[in-house]
This record gives sequence, C-alpha cells and structure tokens, in this order.
Amino acid sequence: MLTVPAQADRLAELRSKVDAVTERNVDHGVLAFGIDAVDDRLAAGGLAVGGMHEVAGASTSLADDAAATLFIAGVAARFVAASTGQALWATTRFDLYAPGLEQAGLRPADVLYAELRDDNALLALIEDAVRDGSPAVVIGEVRRASMVATRRLQLAAAARGVPVILFRRWRKLGREPFEEPSAASTRWRVGCAPSTPLRVAGVGRSRWAVDLVRQRGGEACSWIVEGCDATGRLAVPAPARHRAAAQAGTSQHLAA
Amino acid sequence: MPRGGGWRPGARWARDDACTRGAVEAEIAALPAHRQPSIRELGRRSEAAEHPFRRMPDGDACVSEQSPVVKAQGRRPLVLVDVVGRRQEVAAACPAALALGIGVGMAATHARVLVSDLDVRPADREADAHLLERLALRAVRSWTPVASVSGHDGLWLDLTGVAHLFGDEERLCRRIVAFCRRAGFTARVAVADTPGAAHAIARYGTEPISLVPPVQTAEALLPLPLAALRVPNDALTAARRFGLERIGDLISMPRGPLARRLGLVTVERLDEALGRTPEPIVPVVDEAPPAVERRLLEPIGAAEQIGQVMADLLDELVELLRARGLGARALQFACDRVDGAEQKVSIGTSRPNRDPKHLLRLLSMRIERLDPGLGLEKFALTATHTEPLGATSLATILAGDAQAVDVPKLVDTLAGRAGRDALFRIGSVESHVPERAVARAAPLARPDGWPAWRRPARLLARPELLAQVVALLPDQPPRRFEWRGQIYRVANADGPERIHGEWWRSKNEVWGVRDYFCLEDVSGQRFWVFRRGDGVDAATGNLSWWLHGVFG
Repeated sequence: MLTVPAQADRLAELRSKVDAVTERNVDHGVLAFGIDAVDDRLAAGGLAVGGMHEVAGASTSLADDAAATLFIAGVAARFVAASTGQALWATTRFDLYAPGLEQAGLRPADVLYAELRDDNALLALIEDAVRDGSPAVVIGEVRRASMVATRRLQLAAAARGVPVILFRRWRKLGREPFEEPSAASTRWRVGCAPSTPLRVAGVGRSRWAVDLVRQRGGEACSWIVEGCDATGRLAVPAPARHRAAAQAGTSQHLAA
Repeated sequence: MPRGGGWRPGARWARDDACTRGAVEAEIAALPAHRQPSIRELGRRSEAAEHPFRRMPDGDACVSEQSPVVKAQGRRPLVLVDVVGRRQEVAAACPAALALGIGVGMAATHARVLVSDLDVRPADREADAHLLERLALRAVRSWTPVASVSGHDGLWLDLTGVAHLFGDEERLCRRIVAFCRRAGFTARVAVADTPGAAHAIARYGTEPISLVPPVQTAEALLPLPLAALRVPNDALTAARRFGLERIGDLISMPRGPLARRLGLVTVERLDEALGRTPEPIVPVVDEAPPAVERRLLEPIGAAEQIGQVMADLLDELVELLRARGLGARALQFACDRVDGAEQKVSIGTSRPNRDPKHLLRLLSMRIERLDPGLGLEKFALTATHTEPLGATSLATILAGDAQAVDVPKLVDTLAGRAGRDALFRIGSVESHVPERAVARAAPLARPDGWPAWRRPARLLARPELLAQVVALLPDQPPRRFEWRGQIYRVANADGPERIHGEWWRSKNEVWGVRDYFCLEDVSGQRFWVFRRGDGVDAATGNLSWWLHGVFG
C-alpha cells in the first residue's frame, strides 16, 4: 500500500510517460515578439511553437488584408530564422506578391507555395505538412474552417512542434471570420493605421492596429505597432511629443 | 473587238492560241518550286517593286520577302550548320534545300547566298547521338538482339536467324523503313554479308532498300566510290591522285603497294567489307528496369491487404535498387484482376529515393484509385525511372550538428496529395515591370530575391481603373480617387517611381511609361497606384490612373 505522496509521484511519472508516448503536452517553446509590451501580455510569453494561431484582417478592405498578410510573413520569417526548416504557404487563389513578402523577411528560397482547389483540400494538405514535421511553419489561407478541422490542426501542431498559422480571409458575405469557434491558441486581428509621420512629405513606416482577440489562459489585448522590418520584427512606435505635432505632418503635406 | 478600233498587234484578246489564266497557273504549279517565276517575272503590274532594305517586317528581320519556294511548301528550306575547324559548314540539309543546290559540307555563308530565306539552325551532335542510341535500343527491343550504332547516322542490325520471324529479309526491311517514316525519318536499308558492305551499299547504293544476295558482295561493291569504305580523308585524297575512284579499282591491285600508298586502314576496311577479316558488332544492351513481382494463391481486394503486398514488394525492390546503387524517381504498381483487366498506379519522387517507408507512404495514397473488382491476384512493382543514388555522409550529424531538413521528402508527400503542379516557388525574373518580375519555379529550386524597391504584399491580377482622380501634372500624386465605388482622400504619398515599357517585347510598349505612387489615405490604408504616361508626352500613355497593389 503506497502512501498518498508516493501515489502522486507515481501518477505524475506515469503521466509524463504517457505524454512521451502520445507526443502530447510536450513543450516545444515559444517565439517571442521581442517587444516587452506585447510579450508581457501573452500568457506563454510569445507565440507557442507547438500551436495553431489564427490571423484575420480587421475589415473586408484589401489594405487590412495585406496588413494581415505582412504580419504573418514577418512571424513566418522569424520562425524560419529560428529553425532549419522552410515555410509552406498554402492558398486557394494565389495573389501574393513575393517581392513584397521578401521585404518582410521571407526570402523566396525559404518559402514553398501551394495552390489548392478548395479549403478542404488545403486543410488536408497543411495537416499532412505538419505531420511530416519538416517545415518551420505552415501557413494556410482559408475562408471557412470548421471546429473539427482547427482542432485537428491544433493537435497535430502540438504533437510535432510545427507552428500553424491560419489566415482567415473574409468571405463575400462580409461575415466576421472570427464568428466561427476555433481551437486556436491565439487569434489576431490586424488592420492598417496611419503610418509614422515624417518631417518631410512621404509615407513613413507602416503601422498596424493589432488586436489579440482571444488567447488561451490570457486576456484579450490590443496595440498599435510599427510594421515588419527586413527581418520580420515589429516595433512599438515612439510616443509623439504631443498630438498637435503628430497631426502637423499630415496637414503639412495636404497643404503642399 | 472593242468599239473605237482599238486594235493593236499582240493584244491579248486577238491572240489565236488563247491560253487561259488557269492553264498558265497549272503550268507554273507543275514546275519545281525553285523554278517557279516570281510575280514580277510574270509581268503582273499590281506589284510595286520595293526597295529591299527599306522595310523590315515584324519578327525575323532577315527574311525580306517570301520566295515562291516558301509559298509552295509552306516552310523555308532548312539546313543545320556545324563548326568544323574555323569555318561553319552545312552539316545536313532538307530535301528542299538539296534541290536548291545546297550540299553537305558547303560553307554556311555560301548556302545563305544561294538561298536568301534559308532556315539555318545549329546542329546538335549530342542530341543526334542520343536519338540514334534510343533507336538502337528500339531495334534491340523489337527486331534483333544484336544492334549497334554505326557512325553518326546509321544503325547496324544483325539479322542472322531473325529475318524469318518477320517473313523474309525484304519484308523486315520494308517494315523498318515504314517504322522510320512514321517516326519522321527517311531510312535506307541494305542487307549484305558483312557490316562494312551493308554500310557502303546503304549509303552509296541506288535503291532505298537493297538486298545483296549471299556471296555476291564483291560484285555489289565494285561500282561504289572509295568513300563508301569508311577510309580516312587523306587516304581518299591520295587515291584520287592515283586515279583510283571506285572500290573495283582497288580489288585488282597488289596489296603490298596499296597498303604503302593508301595506309593499312584502307586495306583493312576492304578486307572487312569483303568478309576476309571479321568485324564484330558490339551490341547495345537493353537494361531491364528493376522490377519485382508477386502472385497470390487467393485474390485479394481489401485496402489493407493491398497495402501489405505493396510493403512486401517495396522491401524487395529497395534491396534490388541498393544492390545496383540506384534510387527510384518513378514507380509503377500494376495489378492483374481476376477477370484479366489490368490496374495501374504510379508515383514520382522529386529526388532519387529508396527509403521504403517514404515510398510506401506515397504508394498507399494511390490505393484508393485501384478498382479491385472481384479480386486482384498478380502484382508487379517496377521502378520505371531510376537515377544513381550513392551513400550520403553522416559526419555532420555524428558531430552533433542539426540534421538538415529533407525538403524533397516533404515535396513528394504534398505532391502525392495535391498534384505536382500545385507546389511551386516564386523566383525573380530580370524585369522592372512588376507583374513580369515574378515567375513560378520548381519546388526544389533555390530562387534569388528582388531589388529592395518598395513593393506591395498583394498584387491585383490585373490593374483596376481608378475614377475621379484629382492630381496635378506632371508628377504629383493624386489628392483623391475613387476605387470600387468608394472615395479615398490621400494623406501622404511617395513617388513617382517611373517604369518604362519593354520595347524589345512589343511595339505597343516602345514609348509606354508607368509612374508608380505609394499612397496612404486618411484612415491609414496604403495603395500602390500608377498613371499611364509621364504627363508630358502624349505618346507615353493616356494619363489614366490604375490601382495595382496594396501595401500592408
């Protein structure tokens, strides 16, 4: 007859053995954004490597869609840089412009693209890729993904330690992509914000309004960040000295 | 006779031998192509004589006007040109070119002068040799076990004990000629006692198919020129100096002086052609692709059972491949059904591979395409395409470095599900026009990047026209524009980035200009728009505004 503490130890030991066999609950680490203001608010301290993350544009507009694309490209570039693998980017209708993605850090030799005929084929393909285990990150652009599909992806990602980013595109009906429930670890909504004002006429570094809509074990949150640099890193905008100065740059150009 | 007495001698209507226009045209059509008179020679006044250097048509600048030959045959006479020493020589010519007086060995410039619209292409000896080798393999597979390539333009087939399988020698020859005609070649066949004699008669005989009866080889060879004997060029020159032109001249000569004057090779070739010394044919070997086979006592139909057979066959095949040092690029799995129908599935890999686990995963994706019907009883697994695959070094892994990621394996797995065309990379193309700067590349390519000009994340499939644009000419960005029914007010802008049309592609682009601007509207949306035209010269564009992409 075992004592209670010994029983607990034995149980914990068995649990870890079962985890090792089933490849679940293995901690694959996280990818931090490198910005304290963001990382502190994330429960895991960054994006979990063994997890599925969802990103959507803030509105139906193409500009928000492109902002979400670049946000994903930057995250993917940092996942690629942190491992030896490559990125797989699966779409159903290919309209990505690779030179633009390269400027977010995703070099053309590091991305393998796939063009599928529909969402179901795409979800099956990215699950295959995750189960294979060799990509550094798998990105899928879908309009519709059921709870079952996202759960499968989340489990596969947790088992193999391959991060999955699901880009939820807006449907034609104009229905919010995050209305559907999902098993994702984090859900992000990215939209455009007025760019960093410059002292001269011109368009400054792009800024995005990033909302963390949902995360496991944490609170929702939102930030204004500066867009990706050439290695895919975001930045926190420096505070303007006072609001009138920030406005002046805009009106100055309009008058020019 | 027309009114007004307009009679003049030789008037067309007054001629007795009224030759109709149709008759003349028929007569002209009967002439060989290169002798047909041009329109100008026929005296038709509709044609204005043009200065030959004034006008250059589109496309090939070398062709000034289509000659009657081209019009008659629908294509230009073709010659292949090869570099021999320091000059370019005609290596081969099509029958139309030969009819125009071009010969093999003529200088390329000479041929060009003789025929103005000659289609001159470089000769590719390696591809010719490869094709000839494949033809020899074909001969081994379907006609005779002993066949080889002879020279750069022929095949030797050993018909000993083979001809009766096709009827007789003549029918076999007709069959070979017919096969070559279907494949697009003009063939000449000679059957003789020795390879040398067959070689000579096929090339210098008169008939396309000539059968030399046994022991009459010498008679058949007598009238042929010396070049038929495959003797070196200097021996030919020497023989010409001595007045020896035909093989018949050599046979009667004493052999000692002949060998001294023309070289031992000539005598050897003569002996080989006459059968006095043997000349063996080294046949090409048709290597069978690695294949394994299994027959079952009871037919099976369940997917798991088929998968088990696949796994067993794969294990055997992988052993076979390892023994030969090969890796499979393509596998074919064929099953025979009980009712005699054959079911086939095949897979391909992006790199030579002999990993049974990986190949089994690819193959088992195809099981659902098999229709077992009442049951499958015979299975065969063939490596239809193999490539050499040696051992790889594991030194870096033993030293503790991270294992390199196996991208080809991933590509195979994904291509098995989605199809080979679904996977690609995007590589750069040397063009400043944005939509032409990208091109799809193979999934295992390592494409290069682009210059660091500011580029959008998504590009519209085709630019969309903007309406109600307010912008100052010549180089100011728009203040407002309307796109897809919505009005945008511009807060900030960068530009212009001027991109010129690629004049070498088409006439329409010679003067074309696009001025690209990066615009940010008041809500922070960033667009990539362009204006056609530089705002000064009307030829550069019509000053319409287009949206081409969106920045994030």
